[in-house]
Amino acid sequence: MPIGKGEVMDFLNAIVALTNFVIVPAMAYGSQLALGALGVTLIYGILRFSNFAHGDTMAFGTMVTILFTWLFQSWGIGLGPLPTALLAIPFGIAGTALLLLGTDRVVYRFYRGQKAKPIIFVMVSIGVMFIYNGLTRFILGADDIRFADGERFIITAREFRNMTGLREGLALKTTQGLTVLTAVLVVIVLFWFLNRTRTGKSMRAYSDNEDLALLSGINPERVVQVTWLIVAALITIAGVLYGLDKSYKPFTYFQLLLPIFAAAIVGGLGNPIGAIAGGFVIAFSEVGITYAWKKVLTYLMPDALDPSGLVQLLATEYKFAVSFMILVVVLLFKPTGLFKGKSV
Amino acid sequence: MTHSVKTVVLFALVAVLIAGTGFLQSWNTALVILNMGLVSAIMALGVNLQWGIAGLFNVGVMGFVALGGLAVVLTSMPPVQDAWAAGAPRAIFALIVGAAVVAASTILYQRTRKGWLMVLLLIVGFFVYRWIRDPGVDAIEAVNPAGTGYLGGLGLPVVLAWPVGGLLAAGAAWIIGKTALGLRSDYLAIATLGISEIIIAIMKNEEWLSRGVKNVNGLPRPVPNEIDLQADPAFVEAAAGYGLDPTTASTLYVKLGYSLMFAAVLIVLLVLAQLALKSPWGRMMRAIRDNEVSARAMGKNVTQRHLQVFVLGSAICGIAGAMMTTLDGQLTPSAYQPLRYTFLIWVMVIIGGSGNNLGAVLGGFFIWFLWVQVEPLGQALMNILTAGLPDGSALKDHLLDSVQHMRLLTMGVILLLVLRFSPRGLLPER
Repeated sequence: MPIGKGEVMDFLNAIVALTNFVIVPAMAYGSQLALGALGVTLIYGILRFSNFAHGDTMAFGTMVTILFTWLFQSWGIGLGPLPTALLAIPFGIAGTALLLLGTDRVVYRFYRGQKAKPIIFVMVSIGVMFIYNGLTRFILGADDIRFADGERFIITAREFRNMTGLREGLALKTTQGLTVLTAVLVVIVLFWFLNRTRTGKSMRAYSDNEDLALLSGINPERVVQVTWLIVAALITIAGVLYGLDKSYKPFTYFQLLLPIFAAAIVGGLGNPIGAIAGGFVIAFSEVGITYAWKKVLTYLMPDALDPSGLVQLLATEYKFAVSFMILVVVLLFKPTGLFKGKSV
Repeated sequence: MTHSVKTVVLFALVAVLIAGTGFLQSWNTALVILNMGLVSAIMALGVNLQWGIAGLFNVGVMGFVALGGLAVVLTSMPPVQDAWAAGAPRAIFALIVGAAVVAASTILYQRTRKGWLMVLLLIVGFFVYRWIRDPGVDAIEAVNPAGTGYLGGLGLPVVLAWPVGGLLAAGAAWIIGKTALGLRSDYLAIATLGISEIIIAIMKNEEWLSRGVKNVNGLPRPVPNEIDLQADPAFVEAAAGYGLDPTTASTLYVKLGYSLMFAAVLIVLLVLAQLALKSPWGRMMRAIRDNEVSARAMGKNVTQRHLQVFVLGSAICGIAGAMMTTLDGQLTPSAYQPLRYTFLIWVMVIIGGSGNNLGAVLGGFFIWFLWVQVEPLGQALMNILTAGLPDGSALKDHLLDSVQHMRLLTMGVILLLVLRFSPRGLLPER
């Protein structure tokens, strides 16, 4: 074997291991967080409060989608290589939209009329959170559910190894590819809507200056309704993608509230581009800090310097701590977020 | 109806509800509800101090409650000598180094205002900390992992753990308050929510400290054991005098013992909270809550006062958490869930009447009663509703199975109704 080839192979192996264990999972997770954070940021921009029921809304949308997925599966309808759940997403979005519009009509509209303080809205959203929480668990239970009709791969680790002859494999799940692709599509549509359509422009106007928007004849109730509709779509897609990628469990979805909030705030609350950037910042830090780097480092370092431990900075259970630390650092040094957000 | 009459009537109503449970179900159930009601009332008192009186939105109650629970282990369990010998000095030295690094980087930032310098010091410090800590911790966890695998506690009387729980929570609250209290109200909420999750994550992971998910069982008790009582002829005779069999009598005796101790703590804290509310300090706190800008203009140090009340309220939650773990007799880190230990306490405060200490206490008892009783009530209701469905049908089974989730729904509905139609709660602030 010529000198140097081993090092090149080691380097390639390290890159592949890094991609397989860090970059691909973090890209998928980041896309899911970004979609969730976009919802938080839209609600914050238009309705001006932090919605604590966001995680449970996500669980609700996913639940409706799962129910329809099962229905389609029982009818034998599928999408070939793609998960059946994709076919059920529109129904999930419709269900979530009905729920959110109903909640707004029965609950939030009253407080808007009163011009209640944001903190009252937050409290009300905690009440809503309890109700959604009970609702999803009542209908579908609190257990782990997988609905991705089996794991499917764009490329498996074995195929990749056979193809390239490297020691490390690179597995790419269909759901991971789908997640990133869908997220990109959704974001393009959303930005087109916000920047190019009349309704989108009126939403941005309302977010920037409520009084001025009212003076120019924008109907606030309509803006709010459209916001809820968009949030329903974003959060259902985020929830379904997360569920396909990992699994559906109401409590996990509730806990996603923290990284989603962190993403929205780190990017700058009220700023859609910030929400996307924030989602990836949080995802990459979470995965990077809780990943055991031993494998990658073993390839890169000379043999004498091989790490003895796992080189895992923090145990996986501390992933919430990671998003939280980033949140605190950003809030202390740049309170409006990386991209300029609102600070009311 | 005047305010004081309303107070008396509502408290009497809760007493009737609990006594009714005693007559209709069993006195053991009634005492279980009463004991956790007392603990919940204390937690509600702590949250009311922060929100009702000072307007601070703390959704990290769970974290402080869990720290109280940790205090019980650290105070009352016997020390594990082998583990201490194996790695304790190294682990403790690592903790000191870790704390020193954080302190040094804070000071460094304050002196130089260079963020990157602080981050660099923190990163280097983190690796040094891990390098010192890991072998020590591994050694501790290797000592009899099935039985102990942790350092144990100080072996002190368990009642001492209650004030210690308060101190531990207060210490954590001070650190959190120093960093997070300057933030806007809903940022503070998210920050405290995050910190409470981190505290739980630490308790689940740091096995050398709390045995993690392996739980600590058999915590010492401040009351006698039921079995000892049943073996005591004098007790059996006394029980027979009341017409009770020894088993029932001993369980009632133990639970009543807890009730008396908890009631004493609640009364002391309630009196203190009432005195504080009526004092110039309490008036100042409410002035700050109602108009921060003018309070500041009057020369009040708002940041300091917020920190003070945040620490005090959290300490009360810590005390309650320690009492709860004592009552359970075990520390189960995975049992702490934000819905139950943070948001439910919030429901208690808002429904009882934020800003009114008696209201918070009432809310504590009332909501706890509902939380426990909604399930059997829902079960009964569901049995009636599904009576028409054939036995063994999937829908019937599912509906009967799902009854346990009704309580979340009920709490949400109650919270929304109160916020909408009676936003000041059952016993409004005066």
